[in-house]
Amino acid sequence: MRVALFVTCVNDAVFPSTGVATVRLLERLGVTVDFPAAQSCCGQPQFNTGYRAQTEPLVRRTVRAFEGYEHVVTPSGSCAAMVRHHYPSFGTEAGALAPRVYELTEFLVDVLGVTDVGAYFPHRVTYHPSCHGLRLLGLGERPRRLLEAVKGLELVELPGAEECCGFGGTFAVKNPDVSAAMGADKITNALSTGAEVLCGADNSCLLHVGGMLRRQDAPLRALHLAEILASTEEEPWT
Amino acid sequence: MSGTFLGMPAFPEAARKAVGDSTLRANLRHATHTIRDKRARAVAELDDWAALREAGKLIKDRTLRHLDTYLLQLEESVTAAGGTVHWAADAAEANRIVTELVRATGQTEVVKVKSMATQEIGLNEHLEAEGIAAYETDLAELIVQLGEDRPSHILVPAIHRNRGEIRDIFREKMGSWGRPAPEGLSDTPAELAEAARLHLREKFLRAKVGISGANFMVAETGTLVVVESEGNGRMCLTLPETLISVVGIEKVVPTWRDLEVFLQTLPRSSTAERMNPYTSTWTGTTDGDGPSAFHLVLLDNGRTDALADEVGRQALRCIRCSACLNVCPVYERAGGHAYGSVYPGPIGAILTPQLRGTASGIDASLPYASSLCGACYEVCPVAIDIPEVLVHLRERVAGEGGKGHRLERAAIEASTWVLDHPGVLAAGERLASRTRALHPRRLPGPGARQWSDHRDLPELPAEPFRDWWRKNRT
Ligand code: SF4
Repeated sequence: MRVALFVTCVNDAVFPSTGVATVRLLERLGVTVDFPAAQSCCGQPQFNTGYRAQTEPLVRRTVRAFEGYEHVVTPSGSCAAMVRHHYPSFGTEAGALAPRVYELTEFLVDVLGVTDVGAYFPHRVTYHPSCHGLRLLGLGERPRRLLEAVKGLELVELPGAEECCGFGGTFAVKNPDVSAAMGADKITNALSTGAEVLCGADNSCLLHVGGMLRRQDAPLRALHLAEILASTEEEPWT
Repeated sequence: MSGTFLGMPAFPEAARKAVGDSTLRANLRHATHTIRDKRARAVAELDDWAALREAGKLIKDRTLRHLDTYLLQLEESVTAAGGTVHWAADAAEANRIVTELVRATGQTEVVKVKSMATQEIGLNEHLEAEGIAAYETDLAELIVQLGEDRPSHILVPAIHRNRGEIRDIFREKMGSWGRPAPEGLSDTPAELAEAARLHLREKFLRAKVGISGANFMVAETGTLVVVESEGNGRMCLTLPETLISVVGIEKVVPTWRDLEVFLQTLPRSSTAERMNPYTSTWTGTTDGDGPSAFHLVLLDNGRTDALADEVGRQALRCIRCSACLNVCPVYERAGGHAYGSVYPGPIGAILTPQLRGTASGIDASLPYASSLCGACYEVCPVAIDIPEVLVHLRERVAGEGGKGHRLERAAIEASTWVLDHPGVLAAGERLASRTRALHPRRLPGPGARQWSDHRDLPELPAEPFRDWWRKNRT
């Protein structure tokens, strides 16, 4: 099977390792991955801040970049949700991309039909389901099932898992105090699990929570799910 | 809306104080988490919850589409049942109508049933200015009124107060409003409730005029419905000689069959009760039973403006259950006062800017008072897509180009241009990666400060993904 990787702008610039991990994981599972270079940003930050007109060129670009691909895979729940829920309001052409975009865990579980991806990651991990994956895409148990099948991984429940981490795109800048208070509570809950890794499927949330963890020198690091799933005994992910 | 909220600072500033107040944070956290967990259990008991939610949404939408028809039908049935209907275009008109009606009775005091609509129009303040004392009789509203405070929650207006604070308010203030608090009043719930009961009983027995809102109005029979937990509302609805109800025009439902849906979803969503303790219904007037004069003031006050907005109008489905407040992570930290309106939380963030417009700083900041996490939409018993309306209202605010938004628009336009030119984007990413050793973990300057006050910036990677791809896969 051939798929297009929609890496997303945040991953391209700030978290390329998540993109690399996604490629490595998909190829290991026998999938041929393309990276259409014309891709950029899905337009979510502009759209959610109230700039619809400024979103349009990015919607058009994204639609063009993935023309002809039946499966477009992205390691970001919120970007997948942007395309699936909001692209249809930008016309039929944009709407046609919506059903062809898959968040990584959806693609693995629903399209490839795997939950055991042959990964090895000998660490204590807790999982934060980001809001857009959780509520807009309805990812449900998919990420957890994938994590549970990872060899050596001990999955611990995150208290208050479904509460927002407080990122919310420009919310973090427009309402810094409330955002930080939400992030602080998320971190307190994550630390209470004794986990070494706080795993998520959306790097923008991890940018926020991870940044707070680093500021506090907390004994916990934020890591994208793709990087855990890419890790094997032969080629451990660091 | 009520003048008491005038001059409020914008949401982020108001929220900062609340975030720093640890007692308030603890009160709110405890209260919202308790009620949200109870609600989840009460809702999970019903197999047909999803169907009830969908039915509630459809009933409200259909009613709103034909609102004119149902309002005229309501007017006709209320009039036929012995009531008098008045139409108020805005707060000033509603206040004037109510004042004249009270004056006509010769009374200088009224008892009130807990009502959002009368708070929205600032009725108590208006009556006071006209020499008429309005006594709140809902326990929590009484606490707010005696404490010269503002409500911070739709259902639990004194949610920001703990028992000790309530005892102090009762001890200090009850005497100047009527029967004083008993000697040696403690902060046990039973003693506090008894003090309120004694204080209020005196008012109920003396009152000749009652003022209420309504949760629903049934068009086919002209029946008004008030749903409450204490029974104090029922005292006000039955003992006085004159009853005046001020109700938003969106509260009409066509039939009793429609009402049945909401009488299931409202209690479970608001107080997590299977059935509501006191549901009072009245139809016009009945000889020898209850008030002999009944006036219904139908309030627009911005509702028809909201109705004209195809996306925003869904906010008018709201049945004021407060479930969205209780699950909202922003409300939990910012508290109700930060929203600068009698409607706090997620519903306030979409309703207030539609009813009042977005001219003031606070009103223009409300659509941004959300991380768009979607927890509100998930629990809303009438399926209001609050995140959708928030984004829609952000478009309106950004389009108006008010303070701060001109700069923001320029930044957004620049970002779109860069993102729409991947060559430029890649060059920028490469430059950033190559110079990463020079990057600070904290950024100076406004805007950037908001981010790096609380968080470190990530270390930038050695190369962007697209460069890795070019080197390794092409
Ligand atoms: S918006 Fe929905 S959840 Fe919030 S108070 Fe209204 S009906 Fe309840």
